[in-house]
Amino acid sequence: MSPSRTRFALLAPAMVILFFAAAGPLVIVLVYSFLIPGDYGGVVWDFSTDAWFGVVAERDFFTDQLSWADAHLSVFWRSIKLSLMTSVLSLVIGFPTAYFIATRPKGSRDVWMLLIMIPFWTNLLIRTFAIMELIRNEGTINTVLIAMGLVTQPIQMLYTEFSMLVGMTYVYLPLMILPIYASMERLDFSLVEAGYDLYATRWQVLRRVIFPLVKPGVVAGSILVFVPCLGAYVTPRVLGGGKQLMLGNLIELQFGQLRNWPLGAALSLTLLVIVMIALIFYVRAAGNEGNAHG
Amino acid sequence: MIEIDTVSKLFGAGDSAFRALDRVSVTIKENEFFTLLGPSGCGKTTLLRLIAGFEGPTSGKILLDGQDLADKPPYRRPVNTVFQSYALFPHMTVAENVGFGLTMLGKPKSEVAATVSEMLALVRMTNLADRKTSQISGGQQQRVALARALAPRPKVLLLDEPLSALDFKLRKEMQLELKRLQSETGITFVFVTHDQEEALTMSDRIAVMSGGTIRQIGGPREIYDQPSERFVADFIGDTNFLSAEMIARTGDSAQLRLGQGAEVTARAGQVDKTSGAVTLAIRPEHARLVALDAGQLTGTLDDIVYFGTDTHYHITLDGIGTRFVLRRQNSPDEMRPVQQGERVGIALASSAGQVLKD
Repeated sequence: MSPSRTRFALLAPAMVILFFAAAGPLVIVLVYSFLIPGDYGGVVWDFSTDAWFGVVAERDFFTDQLSWADAHLSVFWRSIKLSLMTSVLSLVIGFPTAYFIATRPKGSRDVWMLLIMIPFWTNLLIRTFAIMELIRNEGTINTVLIAMGLVTQPIQMLYTEFSMLVGMTYVYLPLMILPIYASMERLDFSLVEAGYDLYATRWQVLRRVIFPLVKPGVVAGSILVFVPCLGAYVTPRVLGGGKQLMLGNLIELQFGQLRNWPLGAALSLTLLVIVMIALIFYVRAAGNEGNAHG
Repeated sequence: MIEIDTVSKLFGAGDSAFRALDRVSVTIKENEFFTLLGPSGCGKTTLLRLIAGFEGPTSGKILLDGQDLADKPPYRRPVNTVFQSYALFPHMTVAENVGFGLTMLGKPKSEVAATVSEMLALVRMTNLADRKTSQISGGQQQRVALARALAPRPKVLLLDEPLSALDFKLRKEMQLELKRLQSETGITFVFVTHDQEEALTMSDRIAVMSGGTIRQIGGPREIYDQPSERFVADFIGDTNFLSAEMIARTGDSAQLRLGQGAEVTARAGQVDKTSGAVTLAIRPEHARLVALDAGQLTGTLDDIVYFGTDTHYHITLDGIGTRFVLRRQNSPDEMRPVQQGERVGIALASSAGQVLKD
């Protein structure tokens, strides 16, 4: 076989899987989003843009008046807000952690990384319920606080946006630490010394030397946290208690209880578009910085 | 002026601690090109890092112009470093690298720009100011690293084997360049190297280090001609070591009897002995090949090694069996040709030898 054919043969299995498992379903979802819902789930094969319309607007059942679909918009807003907050919180916690690990002696770095990875390899549901056990009204934190006399009533943490934020940060933190650590480990620490030597204080060294050099890791980590957060399902479901919906839960609702598959399909594609906009935004941000110095 | 006062540095703790520096004391003068010379692991880089402030001494004091540096982090010391790996910031241009120190000191933009162009002119890099540091050659990176460290006008410039990554020709060029920069800027240079030739050609004074201590401090001539001990004589240049018996001593001059019976005069240096067994160091170029009975030593010529500018003669001394190396500058008027295996005489230059401390 010629080299180009060999290359094609190596690529073929991945291409086949990607086509049937990603592109194919995507086309189905796209088609469904332009049909009308069947009475008991499924779709009726009639063309309609109602589902797309329904993503952002709703028609009053009695007066036929149009209005914004506030319920949907607030879910969009909550998803984007919580995903951003999770990314920022993960960065704030993950960056110093990655720095700490990268500055340990070579042998012990792997041990630290293992400690970071162990929760990541633990089942998501178990981890989420563990968080729940900590923060629920009769949970560890509230019990301790009450026992110490710091509060008289348990603090409501579970089923709030706070609990979702904590849960998602906990779940996705390794995805932030890993790429930053990878960049940090390759960082030549004599550059840090050079920074100190040239009158830069700790903060200035961090901002002017370390951060620009590990920025690719920070961008990668932010994407790796932000994107799955947008579509998160289990964590908001368990820790939001079905009261605080995120996009993933809303989509599930359409395909499940509400039996509106076309709307679910349209919402899924909307999520995809939001993710793509976010990615373009990130890539731009990373690229601009490069140009400014290039 | 830097005063290093009985400084020790231990890495690790307890019994397994490694003593990188052991009660080192030295005073480096204003506007001096001072070299720390020694094999790897001798503590020279550790001493440099202590002066820079990257590490703190375990005990002892370091004073700069009479001021104790103990509580000053690197960014508060008027001391800059040229790193062995150059450590140029890869995300900045050449000019941004050179201007970094001044910017961090909060100098106004116009002043930074002026100093940067002055420094780039000093190291002849003006036309590459806007290049990224990855787009320039090793020798050019070296110049940028120098300009960057000189730009804030430090009182002391520390250089950590800055020439070791350059090829031979470039290294020769940079040696002269460094010397020029030092005299033009009037900044004290503390230069770390394991290359004895580099140390001899550039330094005002050299401290020869080994095992965390300073073995000898002196000018290049003094270090080369009057090594105080075997380590120094061996580390710097090639040396023949001969066992001898001291039979008389007057001041700096000692009368010695060599193993083969001949008597020679040699410098006694810092040796406090007046009699007994001593070691005599003789440089290969301080001896001449002569007829069998015309010198103080005799031996069999084992090897003749041609080096271009000079030729080395390896001789096994009669009776003692010691290897003696003799160096002779090649010149058009050839001396009487000698052959391998021939028995020859060796004439030592008068008072050329140095008696070593044991």
